[in-house]
Amino acid sequence: MEKEKLFEIKDLRISAYNEQKEEIRIVKGVTFDIHKGEVVALIGESGSGKTTISLGSLAYTKPGLHFTGGEVLLHGQDVLSMSPIEQRELRGARVAYLAQSAAATFNPAITIGEQVTESAVLHGVLTQEEATKRAVELYHALELPDADRIGFRYPHQVSGGQLQRLMAAMALCGNPDLMVLDEPTTALDVTTQIEVLKAFKKVIREENSAAIYVTHDLAVVAQVADHIVVLYGGEIMEQGSADQIINHPTHAYTKRLMAAVRPTPTAGMGTAVGSEHDRKVPAIEVKDMTAGYGGIVDNEPKVPILRDVSVKVENAHVVGVIGESGCGKSTLARVMAGLLPQARGDVLLDGNDLEGSLHDRNLEELQKIQFVFQMADTALNPKQVIGDIIGRPLEFYHGYKGKEKHAKVVEILDMVELPAEFATRYPMELSGGQKQRINMARSLAANPEVMLCDEVTSALDSIVGANVIKLLTALRDKTGVSFVFISHDLSTVASFADEIVVLYAGRVVEQGPTDEVLTPPFHPYTRLLISSVPEMRIGWLEDTMNKREMAVGIAKGVEITKVGCPFFNRCPMGIDGTCESESPPIRVLNDGHEIACHRTVEELEAAEAETQQILHGYERIGEDKQLPSAG
Amino acid sequence: MMTQMVLRRIAIGFATLIVVSIIVFLATSILPGDVAQIILGQSATPETLAALRAELGMDQPGYVRYFSWLGNMAVGDLGISKAGGATIASLIGGRMGNTMVMAGLVALISIPISIALGLWAAMHPGTWLDRVVTFGTMCTISVPEFFIATILVLILAVELHWLPSTAYLTGNESFTELLRALAMPLLTLVIVVSAQMIRMTRAGILNVMSSPYIEMAILKGVPRRRIILRHAFFNAIGPIVNVIALNLAYLVSGVVIVETIFAYPGLAKLMIDGVQTRDLPLVQACAMIFCGTYVLLILLADVASILSNPRLRQPK
Repeated sequence: MEKEKLFEIKDLRISAYNEQKEEIRIVKGVTFDIHKGEVVALIGESGSGKTTISLGSLAYTKPGLHFTGGEVLLHGQDVLSMSPIEQRELRGARVAYLAQSAAATFNPAITIGEQVTESAVLHGVLTQEEATKRAVELYHALELPDADRIGFRYPHQVSGGQLQRLMAAMALCGNPDLMVLDEPTTALDVTTQIEVLKAFKKVIREENSAAIYVTHDLAVVAQVADHIVVLYGGEIMEQGSADQIINHPTHAYTKRLMAAVRPTPTAGMGTAVGSEHDRKVPAIEVKDMTAGYGGIVDNEPKVPILRDVSVKVENAHVVGVIGESGCGKSTLARVMAGLLPQARGDVLLDGNDLEGSLHDRNLEELQKIQFVFQMADTALNPKQVIGDIIGRPLEFYHGYKGKEKHAKVVEILDMVELPAEFATRYPMELSGGQKQRINMARSLAANPEVMLCDEVTSALDSIVGANVIKLLTALRDKTGVSFVFISHDLSTVASFADEIVVLYAGRVVEQGPTDEVLTPPFHPYTRLLISSVPEMRIGWLEDTMNKREMAVGIAKGVEITKVGCPFFNRCPMGIDGTCESESPPIRVLNDGHEIACHRTVEELEAAEAETQQILHGYERIGEDKQLPSAG
Repeated sequence: MMTQMVLRRIAIGFATLIVVSIIVFLATSILPGDVAQIILGQSATPETLAALRAELGMDQPGYVRYFSWLGNMAVGDLGISKAGGATIASLIGGRMGNTMVMAGLVALISIPISIALGLWAAMHPGTWLDRVVTFGTMCTISVPEFFIATILVLILAVELHWLPSTAYLTGNESFTELLRALAMPLLTLVIVVSAQMIRMTRAGILNVMSSPYIEMAILKGVPRRRIILRHAFFNAIGPIVNVIALNLAYLVSGVVIVETIFAYPGLAKLMIDGVQTRDLPLVQACAMIFCGTYVLLILLADVASILSNPRLRQPK
């Protein structure tokens, strides 16, 4: 049955002009349609023009961009040729926009309720009373907690995942014909992402609205899209139904995108460590360490984050630290670096006790531990050329000067696979991936033994991120430097880490060699994380929601507790009366694999077997088996 | 949390006042000259000088004088002028009234005008009116206030004869006479203080205008007027109220040049006279009043920015 054509983009062209007034074409003639009740996904890397096109459907461009041709038709009417007032009437009322970061797009000074209803009331779609009533209905539909009163709160009083859903309520409140969702789950933890995806999918179906869904994540696309448009450099590479693009891609670029999709975290994906860098003592070790914020009273932090954490990082190993936001991953790295002195416990470098504070450590100790920050944009001084950025640690730690320093800079640039002429460029002139390489090169220049990488690939596209990881593994093999790799993305960590540390609410719940951690038995939290990583398979979301760990696991957030197991309130197999009051025992399995759980290894294994059974029961014939098992 | 923050601000304000009182006391004691010498003039003999010093309490050790001064000030006893013998409270009283009338009128006129003009300029950035406002305020900020006052006198008093060139008050003017007398210094001060407030309002709003939530408001189809007044203004209030507070404090304490040019009997001029006659208790009292005004206004500005921020007003 041919559905009603709602929205058409015809040969859309958008350009920027540089200082020489030369035209830089950003969107080079893009054409696609959307029917009623249909979700069209725009996928591509950054720079593919997907966000520009999605904003174009609201007749809006970022400052500096201009429409240079084509039409954007809503019910056959061109929105680009409308008057500014007509365009304003269109936005929010007939076409609604959902941005990537709800935390940044909600006004901090206005209540949620007013912001959600504002557009509908302003455009005269609903009266304030009707709008408020509709908003509350939407809060219920989006399964928000305390739905009747959440509208009276301010944005800072709700969680990130809740805000993202509230933004969906904001978009839907005025009953728009079309919703534009720009990477609405990219900034979220996997567990939160599922929750938000589920809510989006439900309301889109119930409201029968059409949507443009912009993302770089094919696995997410597979869950929500009916039709997929693959973009590269402002042009359409391929478009077709979701089934066609996901299961039978024809264009080479689409295939490349598929190849870069994060695989399901499975044992056996990591690279093997060579033995040439082996040493007797760990490069860095943390023993029974407790740390937190707000000052220390009686060896106890006022706001405790990490509790009794013990982690070893062997020489030339990559240790992946994973967990949701708020679990204390960055805090762990900050304690190692001396940015945050621990309240209790020890930090050892090459077996020697380190002072808690950076200021009390000597130059050699500082040189041996280097930090790589998440945002290369903010970590690199925009007024310094790359040569100076890399040259600074060379001079500071090793006293290189003049020609010698320059030679060394070139050598380090070569190590991060960048040409020597980059030394004279400014960070601004580099791409995101190149900047992240420079960010690592700056740490590398100190010739460290340990590099602490805090979410270094999180802001990068999958293809660019994969290259950074390749580089990191090569550096480990070549120089014997150890890495602590912090990430909320289990698949990335699983693909190359030697050991994995799973942090939950400031405690290590499971740790060990990557293959062991990713092989059953799992700690219930590890199980939840593995189950939450989206698979590039249509129908995955529905299947996953039927798993029992999901029912309790995704509804709640991370809470730091002082006693017992902090995961108790999200655990499908918690023991009442024990888990919430007693610290879980550490169960040691083979090869240094540890699980902190009140359940015995046998009980955990039995639970896993049950999960597999349920999963297989829901699996449909003909689909790839991508189960997280030892294979 | 909010009450705690406000109480902290108040405590800091008090601490500042104490520190300032020490500085004022020390600074005035190292001023050259001697009140006793000035009072007695030519007829001073060593004996009469010593007697007068003892009578004024000037032979006591510094810390004793400091604490008795501070204690008296705390109960409102500002002391007796060392030049003339009148109570300082009576000297300051009238002048304080004049200063407050002037500062109040200037604030009443300049604050609404500044915020309105600042918002207007921010609503239409890059238009010719915005450029006139930015250029005009830039000029008035760069030019010293006596220059503005002189130009106004030249045009309005000397050339056009519209207004009197002085604002000396006798105390029994009619209301219109009072307004005419005050008009020139008022106009000068409005121009001087508005410039900064306009610029800060405009800059504060435009700074907020680049936030993602403003782009979101545009994409929701919110008209620009409402975006500025509802979405941007409350987020820009912190820096704006602080500039307003600083300018109000300046109106109380820093307007000596304008007061001198127009012969307006205000508090700042009284303090300068006090310095000239080595009348230390008067200088100290004025300094403490000025400092107190600053502390109070900055405190109010801080409280206003705390109140305008829901993150502080309503924690999680």
